[in-house]
Amino acid sequence: MSSSTSLNTWSDALSGFTIGGFPLGLIIVAAIPLVFIALYALTYGVYGERKISAFMQDRLGPMEVGPWGLLQTLADILKLLQKEDIVPTVADKALFVIGPLIMFVGSFLAFAVLPFGPAFIGADLNVGLFYAVGIVSLEVVGILASGWGSNNKWALYGAIRSVAQIVSYEIPASIALLCGAMMAGSLSMQHFNVVQSGPYGFMHFFLFRNPIAWLPFIIYFIASLAENNRAPFDIPEAESELVAGFFTEYTGMKFAMFFLAEYGSMFMVSAVLSIVFLGGWASPLPNVGGLALNTMTSGPVWGAIWIILKGFFFIFVQMWLRWTLPRLRVDQLMYLCWKVLTPFAFIAFVLTAIWEIYM
Amino acid sequence: MSEYFSNIKTATTTIATGLTITLRHFFNAVKRKGDAGIDDADFFRQVDGLCTLQYPHEVMPTPVNARYRLYNNIDDCIGCNQCDRACPVECITIETIKVTADDLAVCGKTSGGQQKRMWVPVFDIDVAKCMTCGICVSVCPTECLVHTPVADFSEFDVRNMVYHFGNLSKIEAEAKKKKLELEKAAKEKAAAEAAASGVAPAPKPAPKPAPKPAGS
Repeated sequence: MSSSTSLNTWSDALSGFTIGGFPLGLIIVAAIPLVFIALYALTYGVYGERKISAFMQDRLGPMEVGPWGLLQTLADILKLLQKEDIVPTVADKALFVIGPLIMFVGSFLAFAVLPFGPAFIGADLNVGLFYAVGIVSLEVVGILASGWGSNNKWALYGAIRSVAQIVSYEIPASIALLCGAMMAGSLSMQHFNVVQSGPYGFMHFFLFRNPIAWLPFIIYFIASLAENNRAPFDIPEAESELVAGFFTEYTGMKFAMFFLAEYGSMFMVSAVLSIVFLGGWASPLPNVGGLALNTMTSGPVWGAIWIILKGFFFIFVQMWLRWTLPRLRVDQLMYLCWKVLTPFAFIAFVLTAIWEIYM
Repeated sequence: MSEYFSNIKTATTTIATGLTITLRHFFNAVKRKGDAGIDDADFFRQVDGLCTLQYPHEVMPTPVNARYRLYNNIDDCIGCNQCDRACPVECITIETIKVTADDLAVCGKTSGGQQKRMWVPVFDIDVAKCMTCGICVSVCPTECLVHTPVADFSEFDVRNMVYHFGNLSKIEAEAKKKKLELEKAAKEKAAAEAAASGVAPAPKPAPKPAPKPAGS
């Protein structure tokens, strides 16, 4: 995209950095978001989930390992590393092993197109949004492979439910994102942010600029919960009826990979939601008179802070919903997708189109 | 169609209500729940705040009259064996040695003034078996066996759960046993000598006649 080539100079310079012909900079560029996400997903995601759930239920959560239980996740990782890596004898071994890998890779490939600042994006594709929506569908293959490969009826049930759910909910999710794409006039993730940044801060965000934008915003949020198997749409895991769903048979690091993939996708959908409707790395603070708040809080570092803050906020909302709502039944899940979200997504699509043409 | 929209409306309002409740609890997590007991009028009003008790670090106090671990004040124990017989789970083991005549003063009296006639070398209570029913406490004639409010006494070795209250060491117990046997032997010898010298031992007093049933 021409709009973002100038913004990408920082990452271009870093990726051009080589030592004796070895493209070290390129590896660093690719590694930064992944290192950040791994740290986030393992430490703060799991720790935050446990603490938030505890506080909402009047409990304290982990308190023993380190101050306020801050090192609890590290202890858990050590435990998972020491565990035996069991592959059941009657399992389809190839599928069993490749399932978590596909899920992990599928969930982390989408991070390539997330802009973490005006000058930092892994790959500024001109079809970035399309790529993000498409590559996450790869997870379905991983889920079905692990559920089928486990040779366990609960795992297969969970996998089939999960696949049905993810494939169904991709339709309202994609239509809702298409509304955002119409408002931005592009599919490039960096372009979304560029058109939503400006001196008036949050007034430039699509959510506040367009009177219909709240509808696709809510539809995408609900659909993204379902795509991540988060409560109240966690029927693929449904611990009270299916043990643990498609990862019932997994132990040790393979089990941890499913969790990494889940927490990675949680951040991914939260980031996509904030990029498409809430300006991504754009500062929400407006310039008020002589006080140039927006100018002060813009830039590569501030951009990363803003998008991470926005992502964390939506992760908090996801956890908040998880500890509030009971699980939906399968028929209720499909009712919500096909009879409520999809028609409303089409309505939002048409209304956004009318607004964009005539306003 | 109206049902369709009313469903959506219900869903929205109920989700909003639920989210407010959980968020209120989330922000109340900076507080601790009050420690008003069931007697307080505010007991059901203290709904806000954390209710976790971090057990080994903080303990809810047991009342002073709580019935937990047994304690035997062996100085008052007369070795009557009633608690052992009353115990439904047989967690009390008692061994007694009769006190010789010259030791009566050494053995002493209970705090109630009763002369003790038994050494109690073994008074073991297996608190791992004890179910704190309190029957042994109620049958104890000198009230030396009591429940204490100590509720937390976990051990790494189950053998440490047997509490010893005996008032004699093994060596002392052996000595007392020997002393008792010597006294017995001396008595028998004296009796035998008396029989040999032709003096008949004093006849036992005749048993008292059984009391007649009342009303006859």
